[in-house]
Amino acid sequence: MIPMSGFGPSDYSAMALSVKVALTATLLSLPFGFAVAYLMTFNKFRGKIVLDGIVNLPLTLPPVVIGYLLLLLLGRNGWIGRTLLQPLGIEVIFTWKAAVIATAVVGFPLMVRSIRIGMETIDRGLIQASRTLGAGRLDTVTTVILPLSLRGIIAGSVLMFARGLGEFGATIIVAGNIPGVTQTIPLAIYEYASSPGGDVMAMALCGISITLSGIVLIFHEWIGRRMDRAG
Amino acid sequence: MKLRMEIQKRFGAFHLDANFEIEGDRIGIFGPSGSGKSTLVGILAGLHSPDEGVIDIDGTTIFDSREDIHVAVPERRIGMVFQHHHLFPHLSVKRNLLYGYRRCPAENRRIKPENLISALEIGHLLDRRVAHLSGGERQRIAIGRALLSNPRLLIMDEPLSGLDDNLKLKIIHSLKSACDTFRIPYLFISHSQIETRIMTDRVLTVEKGRVTGQMTGEELARSRMKDHIAGYVNLLKLRHVRTIHGMSVYRWGDRQLYISPGDDHPETIFELSSAEIILCKRHPDAISARNLLYCRVTDIFETGGRLGIELTCGKERLIVEIVRKAAEDLGIRKGIKIYAVIKATAFRRLR
Repeated sequence: MIPMSGFGPSDYSAMALSVKVALTATLLSLPFGFAVAYLMTFNKFRGKIVLDGIVNLPLTLPPVVIGYLLLLLLGRNGWIGRTLLQPLGIEVIFTWKAAVIATAVVGFPLMVRSIRIGMETIDRGLIQASRTLGAGRLDTVTTVILPLSLRGIIAGSVLMFARGLGEFGATIIVAGNIPGVTQTIPLAIYEYASSPGGDVMAMALCGISITLSGIVLIFHEWIGRRMDRAG
Repeated sequence: MKLRMEIQKRFGAFHLDANFEIEGDRIGIFGPSGSGKSTLVGILAGLHSPDEGVIDIDGTTIFDSREDIHVAVPERRIGMVFQHHHLFPHLSVKRNLLYGYRRCPAENRRIKPENLISALEIGHLLDRRVAHLSGGERQRIAIGRALLSNPRLLIMDEPLSGLDDNLKLKIIHSLKSACDTFRIPYLFISHSQIETRIMTDRVLTVEKGRVTGQMTGEELARSRMKDHIAGYVNLLKLRHVRTIHGMSVYRWGDRQLYISPGDDHPETIFELSSAEIILCKRHPDAISARNLLYCRVTDIFETGGRLGIELTCGKERLIVEIVRKAAEDLGIRKGIKIYAVIKATAFRRLR
């Protein structure tokens, strides 16, 4: 049995932060993921291969590399940090916002891929039909493409959320491992595992992690069945 | 409706080069599969862009590459019924039907949903989902959906392929009567000569990416005689009179025809191949064939080394195909009267 009573405030905060970071990263990425997937599925343009490569790069890069690149980009001397964040007085590095950005970048290709798979199954004839029936481009996107790629959107969001719950490499570099501030479940497990006598707590948090992942998968299955029933 | 297209389009090795002007409300586009019919109408609807050219409908330019005019698909108001219906699977039948209607500006809404629903007899399907419809029902809903968008022109791209023969005629009937009732001009695309002749008054023929001609349905049938296995296909619209000795008796103009097997449907279209009719100079006394028609020869024309003979029986016409030697032996010439002999089993029912 997992000693629930053994969890301290920083453990509970790690659990809440994990969910908060993964959820925020997923919700923030959703419109961009949909737009990129739409662009890649339904449009022919120069540089499509390059965009495809950039979107998918985080899948093959070690998360630590992504974290380091983000640190260089968002840090005080980084290109975005110096020109955009500092003048606006926004502090990102070593805050939970950095964890969200790291999670979003790492999970983004998974989301785009799932939505694309959903979009590619849409019969082009349906899109043509909607246009000849008087629908403008945006109208077709909202009334035909969006509902028909909903399965892909849900699968992509679930996948990204689940991936976000487990994000470690990029997060630790760009957000650090500050209990109560940027420490998520994987970072807490890492800390317990590397401290003497922390095995039990590490195991307990592993249990929480497994439970959360299980809930996510069950939710995905449930929503899939509901959609099947609705036809 | 007056349509002018002068367009060029290249797709890899395929080159579409269409240059025509046509007027009429029931226009056919006829040609073999892969000849470019669908591409041509796709360009007209705005689904594909031509490389260059001009498209005018009723004097309005909807595409002109030189003037940089490219009217967007929704603004063209050209409806389409596709070969594979393309109904929205996530919407009910009712919402499919109203999809175009809701997007049509109020001043253009001439066709009312309730009138069309009763004309197409689809009222009982409204709450169903598309997945639960049969092939014929789907096509009727697709026709209704396109008509309810109140287009100025309706394109029907092989809407009957994939349906069985019994259904085809039913759908043809719905299509024709709905377009006539609501006065929507249409372009009917098909590789079936029979469908094209039933549905249209004027036909554009398309071959290998080129519009090769413009003709009536009758001219189309004659031009296709030498390629068609049945020669000329006579289409006879017959009214059932009675059933006798296992045969159905039909009225054809002022004559009667015995057909086996027939049916008791009040009105039926039958196909009769020009090669199935025998000509006889004198009245044959005893003969197994059940139909003997005394007709006048009104036209003689060449068809692939044989002769096509047009016979007029009262107000009706029949085309018969015979070899030149037979015509010589019978002394066939315009104006003479002759017997046409047709077996009761020579007819093929379309419905």
